[in-house]
Amino acid sequence: MAASVDTAETVQSIAGDKYKYGFITDIESETAPRGLNEDTVRFISAKKNEPEWLLEWRLKAFRLWTGMTEPSWSKLGYPPIDYQDAYYYSAPKRKEAPKSLDEIDPELLKTYEKLGIPLREQEMLAGVAVDAVFDSVSVATTFRKKLEEKGIIFCSISEAVQNHPELVKKYLGSVVPYSDNFFATLNSAVFTDGSFVYVPEGVRCPMELSTYFRINAAQTGQFERTLIIADKGSYVSYLEGCTAPMRDENQLHAAVVELIALDDAEIKYSTVQNWYPGDENGKGGIYNFVTKRGACRGRNSQISWTQVETGSAITWKYPSCILQGENSVGKFYSIAITNNYQQADTGTKMIHIGKNTRSTIVSKGISAGKAQNTYRGLVKILPGAANARNHTQCDSLLIGDKCGAHTVPYIETRNRTARVEHEATTSKIDADQLFYCMQRGLSAEDSVSLIVNGFCKQVLQELPMEFAVEAQKLVGISLEGSVG
Amino acid sequence: MASETTTGLPYADRFAAIAATLPGQSVPWLRELREDSFARFAQLGLPTPRVEQWKYTNLHPLTKAGFEPAVVNGQGRGQIKALQPLSSLLPAEEPAHRLVFVNGLFRRDLSEIGALPEGVRLDGLGEALASEAESLAPMLGRAVRSGDNALLALNTALMADGCILRIGRGVSIDAPIHLVFVGAAEETALAFHPRNLIVAERDSRAVIFESHVASNGGVYWSNPVTEVTVEDGAEIQHYKFQDESLDAFHIALTEVEIGERGRYHSFVMTSGGRLSRQEIRAVLDGKGAECRLTGGYLARGKQHVDNTTEIVHAKPHTTSKEVYKGVLDEQGRAVFQGKIIVEKDAQKSDGHQLNRTLLLSDRAEIDTKPELEIYADDVKCSHGATAGELEESALFYLRARGIDETAARRMLIEAFLGDLGEDLASATVKAALQRRVSNWLAAI
Amino acid sequence: MLEVKNLHVTVDGQPILKGLDLSVGAGEVHAIMGPNGSGKSTLAYVLAGREGYEVTEGSILYQGRDLLDLSPEERARDGIFLAFQYPVEIPGVGTNSFLKTAVNAVRKHRGERELDAMEFMKLMREKRDLLGVNEEMLRRSLNVGFSGGEKKRTEILQMALLDPKLAVLDETDSGLDIDALKIVAEGVNALRSPDRAMVLITHYQRLLNYIVPDKVHVLAAGCIAKSGGKELAHQLEKEGYGDLAGKTGAAA
Repeated sequence: MAASVDTAETVQSIAGDKYKYGFITDIESETAPRGLNEDTVRFISAKKNEPEWLLEWRLKAFRLWTGMTEPSWSKLGYPPIDYQDAYYYSAPKRKEAPKSLDEIDPELLKTYEKLGIPLREQEMLAGVAVDAVFDSVSVATTFRKKLEEKGIIFCSISEAVQNHPELVKKYLGSVVPYSDNFFATLNSAVFTDGSFVYVPEGVRCPMELSTYFRINAAQTGQFERTLIIADKGSYVSYLEGCTAPMRDENQLHAAVVELIALDDAEIKYSTVQNWYPGDENGKGGIYNFVTKRGACRGRNSQISWTQVETGSAITWKYPSCILQGENSVGKFYSIAITNNYQQADTGTKMIHIGKNTRSTIVSKGISAGKAQNTYRGLVKILPGAANARNHTQCDSLLIGDKCGAHTVPYIETRNRTARVEHEATTSKIDADQLFYCMQRGLSAEDSVSLIVNGFCKQVLQELPMEFAVEAQKLVGISLEGSVG
Repeated sequence: MASETTTGLPYADRFAAIAATLPGQSVPWLRELREDSFARFAQLGLPTPRVEQWKYTNLHPLTKAGFEPAVVNGQGRGQIKALQPLSSLLPAEEPAHRLVFVNGLFRRDLSEIGALPEGVRLDGLGEALASEAESLAPMLGRAVRSGDNALLALNTALMADGCILRIGRGVSIDAPIHLVFVGAAEETALAFHPRNLIVAERDSRAVIFESHVASNGGVYWSNPVTEVTVEDGAEIQHYKFQDESLDAFHIALTEVEIGERGRYHSFVMTSGGRLSRQEIRAVLDGKGAECRLTGGYLARGKQHVDNTTEIVHAKPHTTSKEVYKGVLDEQGRAVFQGKIIVEKDAQKSDGHQLNRTLLLSDRAEIDTKPELEIYADDVKCSHGATAGELEESALFYLRARGIDETAARRMLIEAFLGDLGEDLASATVKAALQRRVSNWLAAI
Repeated sequence: MLEVKNLHVTVDGQPILKGLDLSVGAGEVHAIMGPNGSGKSTLAYVLAGREGYEVTEGSILYQGRDLLDLSPEERARDGIFLAFQYPVEIPGVGTNSFLKTAVNAVRKHRGERELDAMEFMKLMREKRDLLGVNEEMLRRSLNVGFSGGEKKRTEILQMALLDPKLAVLDETDSGLDIDALKIVAEGVNALRSPDRAMVLITHYQRLLNYIVPDKVHVLAAGCIAKSGGKELAHQLEKEGYGDLAGKTGAAA
C-alpha cells in the first residue's frame, strides 16, 4: 500500500514546479585552497582532528589515485573533469558546536524549509531522525537520545572517528577498499563527512534513519562517506534523499557507502536522488559517481538497495552486494529516469560466495528526451555458492525517438546447483494505454506519469512510506516536457 | 616495414615472407589491401581479455602454439586419409554440391560440384584471387561492418583460399551447397585463414552447409571469415557444424548484410575444438529484413566455446530472433555474448534473444552477456538468460515413473537441446543435431 | 502391503511428520484427509523417495521390505506409483516416448519382455480410451500446455499403464470440475483390484463420493489424529478439521 497514492492528482499539484529546489544559500565557507595534493589531504584530516592511522589511510589512497585513470567503460559522455580546479573542503562557519537546533545558523534552517524538510517538523511529525549534511559537515543530528537508549550509534562519520574509533577502524574500507576504483579512491583520500550507523546485536532500530544531502558552495565536490554496521540479529532501515541548488557549472559528487550485515542482520538502504539534472539544453547538472556496496558477512543476513534515480546530469552508480554468509540475501530495486540530456549508467553487482545465497534484481529504466539510460549489472556465482539463486528483471521504457535505453548484464555462473535467470525487455510507452487514459480526460503528461508509475510499481512499493510519495511525485516531475 | 613488427603472434610476424607466396600478389590493390590489413593487425595485436568483447575468451594460447602457414607456394601442407567419414554431415545419397578444403585450401580433386542453374558462380577463392582478382573487388569486404577487428584484419592479410558463391537474381539452388573444411595437422601446428564470399542477389535462394572436421586430430588454427550478402528478397539458410579436433583452435567470424525483405537463418552447432569462437555480426539493412540465429554448444574436458553475436537493426520493420542453448560438463566453459542494437530510425523493430545453459559439473562455467542497445522507441526487444542444472522436480517425476537416473538425465538433456531443432527448416540438419547430441551424451 | 511406523520427517530442518503410523493392506483403499500444511504431500513424497525429505525416525515397510533404502526409480519399478498433485511440465520430452520408456523400465524390472513401438501403441490405445485421453495430447510434450483436468487424467493413464501395487494419489481431485472428477474417479475405480492398494490424499470429502474408501484417516500436525470408516469423511465435511487439528496441537 506504500505507493498507492493518486498519482495524477499529485502530479497536477506540483506541475510547473520545475526545479523548485534551485536556489543558493549564502553562507561563508571555510574552504581549503582550490586543487588537490597531499597538503589538501593533510588539511582535511587536520581540520577534522583525525588520528594518524586515518591520515595515513587517506594518503595511501591519494598516492594510489594519482596513478589511476578515470574509468571509460560506461556509456557516459562528459567533458573531462579538472580535479585540480575544485575545492575539496568547505565547512559552514560557526563559533562552537551547536547544542540544539536553536543554535544552528537560521540561514541553514531556512534552506531546509525551502526543501520541504524542516528538521523540527520532521522530528515531531515524521518520527524520522535526520543527520543533515550541509556541504561537507554534519550540522545537526536529532533523535540521537532515543537511539542512544537502544545503543544505536547514529552520527556523522567525523564524530564517529572521534568517539568510536575502534568501530571505524575495524570497518572503514572493509567493503570498499581504498584501492577499489578511481572515484572510491578519490573519496578515500578526501572524504569530508557522511553518516555513521552502528546497530548493536539484537536491536531493531525503531525508526527510519535518514539523511538529506545538499550540495551548496560553488565548485565544492562532495565526498561523503557512509558506513553502516548492523550487528548480529539487528535491523535498520536507512533513507537517503538528495536535492541540490541550480547552478551552471557541473558539480562532482563521489560518495562511498559501505554496509556490513552480520549474522541474521538486515539493512534496508533506500535512496531518492533528485539532484539538479541540468537544464533542457543539457547545461549544468551534477556528476554523480558513487560507489555503494554492502557485505552480507553473516549467515542469514540481508541487504536491500532501493533507489529512485531521477536527478543528476550523470549518474554512475552500482549498489552491490557481496553475499558471503550462508543463506544471505541481496536485493536491488531501481528506478532510473533520464530526461533531456541526462545520462545514467547504473545497476548492481551480486557476488554469490556463500551457500544458499539469493539475490533479486528489479530494474526499471525510463528514458525520455535526448537522454541515455543504461542498466549495467553483474551476477557472479562462485564455485562455492551451492544452490545460489538469482532472478533479474530489467525493463526499459522509451518515451520519444531521440533517447536510448541499454541493457548490459554480465552473468557468470560457476556452480552447477545455482540457478540464474535473467529477463529484460525494452519497449515504448504503450499507445493503447496512453489513449485510454487520455480518453478518460487525463492530459498527455498526466497519462505518462500514471503509466510510468505503474511500470515502476514493483520498485516503488519497496520504498518506505515517507519516500514513496515523494518518489511518485518525482517520477512525474522528471518526465515533464517529454510528451506533447 | 610491417614484417619487422612484433604482433605477439610469432607466426604472423613473418608476414612478408608468407605474403609473397599468397595468390594475387601481382595485383597492386590486393597486395596493398593485404599490407594495410597486416599493419592494422600489427597495430591492434591479438585481442586480450582487456578488450571488452574478448573479456571472457583469452587467445594467449595462440601465441605459444608455434604455428606454421598451412599453405606454402600455393601448395597445401597436410594430408588426409579418407574424406567420406569426415563429411558425414550430409548423407552420401543426398544430392549436394560439395566443396572440400584441406587446411583451408580448396581441393578440386576431392570436391563434387554438380550442374548449377544459370547465374550461379561457385568456386574456390584462391584461383580467382590469382587469375581474376578484379572480379572479386566488389565482393571482398562488401558485408564487413566490423571496425577494429584484429583477426578479420589478419584473415584479409593472409587469406589464401575459400569459397566464392554468387547466386544470380531470382535463382534458387535446390541442392544444398556443402563446404567441408578439413583440418589435417601434422607434427607442426598449422594455421589457415579461409575467406568465404557469399552473395545472394535479389530474390535468390540457397542452402549452405558448413562442416569443420579434423582428419587426424592435432593442433591447428582455423581463422575463417565468411561474408554473406543477402540482397532484397533473397534467402539464405546457413548451417554450420563445428567438429574440429579437440586440440584445435577455431576462431570464426561471419559478417552478414541483409537487404529489404531478405532472410538469413544461421544455425551453428559447436562440439569440437579446444578453444573456439564463432562471432556473427548481422546488419538488417532493409525494411522487413529478418535474421534468425540459432546455436547449440556442447563442451567437456577443458573445452572453451564462445558464441558472440551482434545484430544491428538499421532499418524499420526488421525482426531478429536468437536462441542459443548449451550443455557443459567437466571443466567445459562457454561464453555467450549477444548484442542487439536498434538504431535510431529502425522503428517497429522486434528483437528477441534467449540463452540457456545446463551445467552438469561443479567445475563447468558459463559467462553470459546479453546486451540491448536501443535508440528507437517503437520497438519490442527482449532477452532472457538462464543457467543451472537440470530441474530437480522433472528429474524426480521421471524417476518416480521408473526411469533410472542416467536415462532420465539424458532424456531431459535431449529435450533441452531438442527444441533447437524446432527452429530448423532442414530435416537433415535436425537429424545431424540429434546425432551430435546423442553421441555426446553417450560419453557421459 | 504398506507399514508405516512412527514416521518422523523433516524438510529443510523443519519437522513435518511427527510420528505417523499407517497400515494399508492389499486391495484396500485408504483416504488421508487433513488441513493444509498437515503433512499430506510430505507423506506422498516420502513414499515416492523424493530428495530433501529426511526421515529422522521410524520406518516404512513395503511388501515386507525396507523402502527407505530404495531410489525413486526402484520404488516405481517395485510398484509404487505417485499421482502428482502438480504433474511436472517437461518441454521437449514427448508424452508418448516418455510413457514407453517408463513402461519398459518397469516391465524389464519385472522380468517381462519390453514392448516394441507397435505393442506399446496397442496397449496405449486400450488404456487411453478408458480415461478419455486423446491421441493429440500424447503427441505433445509431457504435461506442457495440458489443462488441469488433462494433467490429472494423464496421471491416471500412467497409473493404468504402469500397473502399480501401491498407488498414492496426491490431491488428484484438486482443480477438477465435476465432469473431470467423474472421469478420473471412474478411471481409478476401474483400477481397484484385490492385489492393489491405494492411498488417496485429499483435502475435501468430495472425491470420496466417487471413490469410496475402506478407511479414512485424519492427518493433523504431522500425525494421524483419527481413523475410521468412510462415515468419518462425512463427519469432517460437516464439522471441519478445526477440532481435530486443535486436539493434536494441544497433545503435541
